[in-house]
Amino acid sequence: MIENADQIFVILLHWLVGLVPEPWRPWLSYLLIIAAIMGVFGGLFAAATIAERKILGRIQNRYGPNRIKMFGIKTFGLIQPIADGIKMLIKEDIVPHAADKVVHYLAPIVLTTPIWMTFAVLPMGRNMTALDMDAGILFYFAMGSATELAVFMAGWSSHNKYSLLGSMRAIAQMISYEVPLVLSTIPVLMLAGTLSLTRVVDAQGGYLLGGFIPHWFILTPWGFAGCIIFLLAAMAESNRSPFDLPEGESEIIAGYLTEYSGFKYALFFLGEYVGMLAVSAMLVTLFLGGWHAPMKALEFIPSWIWFFGKTICVILLYIWSRATFPRIRLDQLLTFSWKFLVPLALANLVVAAVWHFTNGWATPLWASVRWLLCLFLIAVPFVLLGRSLDNKKQSPRLYHYAE
Amino acid sequence: MLGLGIIQGLIETGRNFVGSYFKPERLTTVQYPEERAKSFEASRTIPMLVYDGEDPNKGLRCTACTICEQECPPKCIYIVKDTVKKPDYLGKMQMQPKIFDIDISVCMGCGICAEVCPFESIKMDQVFELSTNDRFGSLLLHKHQLAKSNSYFNKICPTQAAEIDANRAADVHKAELKAKADAEAKAKAAAAATTNAAAGVAAAAAATVAAPKPAPAPAAAAPVSKPASAPVQQAKPTPSTPASPTPSADKKP
Amino acid sequence: MPNNIAFYILAALTLCSAIAAMALRNMVHCALCAAGAFAGIALVFLHLDAEFAGLAQILVYVGAVAILVLFAVLLTRGEEIKANIRRASRSWFSGVCASALVFAGIIVPIAYSPGLKHTPAATASAPVQKLGESFVNEYVLPLEVLGLLLTAALLGAVVIAMQDKKEETKSISQPENHPVQKEAVQ
Repeated sequence: MIENADQIFVILLHWLVGLVPEPWRPWLSYLLIIAAIMGVFGGLFAAATIAERKILGRIQNRYGPNRIKMFGIKTFGLIQPIADGIKMLIKEDIVPHAADKVVHYLAPIVLTTPIWMTFAVLPMGRNMTALDMDAGILFYFAMGSATELAVFMAGWSSHNKYSLLGSMRAIAQMISYEVPLVLSTIPVLMLAGTLSLTRVVDAQGGYLLGGFIPHWFILTPWGFAGCIIFLLAAMAESNRSPFDLPEGESEIIAGYLTEYSGFKYALFFLGEYVGMLAVSAMLVTLFLGGWHAPMKALEFIPSWIWFFGKTICVILLYIWSRATFPRIRLDQLLTFSWKFLVPLALANLVVAAVWHFTNGWATPLWASVRWLLCLFLIAVPFVLLGRSLDNKKQSPRLYHYAE
Repeated sequence: MLGLGIIQGLIETGRNFVGSYFKPERLTTVQYPEERAKSFEASRTIPMLVYDGEDPNKGLRCTACTICEQECPPKCIYIVKDTVKKPDYLGKMQMQPKIFDIDISVCMGCGICAEVCPFESIKMDQVFELSTNDRFGSLLLHKHQLAKSNSYFNKICPTQAAEIDANRAADVHKAELKAKADAEAKAKAAAAATTNAAAGVAAAAAATVAAPKPAPAPAAAAPVSKPASAPVQQAKPTPSTPASPTPSADKKP
Repeated sequence: MPNNIAFYILAALTLCSAIAAMALRNMVHCALCAAGAFAGIALVFLHLDAEFAGLAQILVYVGAVAILVLFAVLLTRGEEIKANIRRASRSWFSGVCASALVFAGIIVPIAYSPGLKHTPAATASAPVQKLGESFVNEYVLPLEVLGLLLTAALLGAVVIAMQDKKEETKSISQPENHPVQKEAVQ
């Protein structure tokens, strides 16, 4: 019974695919999987937008949107995404006269397509990966890096100074934060011994201390540091506050999105939020144990519920940090990436190596020594790097006058 | 240590989020068309004309002295005096305005008209939902639109209105006392005139009778004036009536 | 047939993008079509089940090299984005001969190379693992040399950028060099 609840979608898929004759089976199977992923994550996207607005509202001492009514029934604003969708669809699609029409048209498509493709390798439950690739993580990062080209296309084709500036800054930010993003996942690969995401999740199964502490990577020193670095780098990758300098309204109008209206803007918006969902799901897969339950006693809850629950928790963390922190300036942003996160991620690699080679220390005494040693090895660079960036004396500002 | 400030920030906003469900000061939104924010006494938008009692035509305090019209900086008040006079709260005949228009598209809400009015007639109102459908006609408010009752004035400016009502009640009381004293003196003079001719002894007897008379007269006048002032103050709400005995006790000659 | 048709489609896509990258007037369009050609090559790699090569191609070429080319185009020839194509020679016949020679020079060694005769081995169960193992066992020297090369390139870029900044700081921070402050001093 529990087994059935856990595998219900797999069973459903097999049954539906079995209904058609043999040659069509793979096509139908892929189509159903794609439809399911787009449906579920599209729904999560809508839920994320309204959750963000209401949670941001409550943190800022106000209600979020709460007046929308359906057939006269108060819904406390929960169907607001439908209204937003209708609004985006019926808005006029304005393309500037001097804009490069082909590139302007293609930019939102080039942005959203790779982001939807990243969901193909994520294990959403036991036996529920759409495409179990051998190099799953690499596929994920390859798709993530393809979005930078779209940002450039959007900024350049708008034929607008602010768009171009915004897109240049966005690309600089995205490239700078790719490095810590990938570096922070390397310890995971080292210790799981594989690039395939399903096997990374499998490596996090099992429990310590009689079923109370799971083997999730976040509960190790290098995993904790890696998770924090991944979280920060992922926030910057998806242009999310506090790293939303490229699209901050008070900074540069809307950056590379300035000349987009109507459904194209909706696609960019979708791309940003779905990117946030994808990266949250990746964090859950790599560090938070994927679809595993935290305690042996809770294993009766289906695996896909755990996966989506943990992803939603990470999304709430994103929304919480958006409400809390002010926007980071461009030079602070780049300093943070290159001078803090990259060295820390490299130190994390060393710690992961130490952890791997001390795997034999199994007795409680030696296990705690191992834990403390690794913690010390990652905490010292953290504190030292923090100190070195804190006491930076501001050099006198250089003003470049127009001659 | 690096990162502590971030954690503190997250805790603060988390507290705000959780508190917004339980504490009203962490959710300060007033849902506008259904609820309105409480305005405080000193807030002001456009002027209003206060009238005592129920009938705006009879109880309007304005006497068309045109001081507010002259003092108004953007000159948005337009007054035309009426030829018919009406009695004010003390019974004296005063002029009244036939036309009293304020152009609220010009009025800047400075309150100078309220400051200079000697009759406590024009006061600052707190209404803000003033939009109209046409551009100019509806924004010229006439006398009947500007007239607001004294009970409304008490509701929006309780302490100021209470003070004004107390002063007016004291004035009424003083006037009544004076009237009573005049009446007494007249009656006394008349009685003295009638008995003077009869006999010189009656004049001496009247003198002895008149001497103790002034003493009980104020004491008799005080309970007499109280029921007399009560019907005048019936239109005013009850908070003013307990106030009146104390000033009248202070103002006893 | 179904196997080959995918290859033909991918090859057509790559070739068209490459030709467009060469022939278009607008430089930025050329760079974007070059990115498309890189993506086409990556898809060919993936078609041949070389997962790591294909995905690394996307990650590196489309994600970084294309951006680099675009930045280079914008930052150097920003004003005149249109490519001013000047013909090097009058007749097209010499151009065709030159390109045919280059093509032959590339194709002939590939066609006659011994590696093409081997039938590909059954795909290993963990090709990425095999790749990693061969990197650190057989090909460790090329790996280290590549690392050195990349480090040298990074250092060179930093040195070039730093030098510009140093010159600017030296010249502007001194008041004698600055026209407005010069007048103020006098």
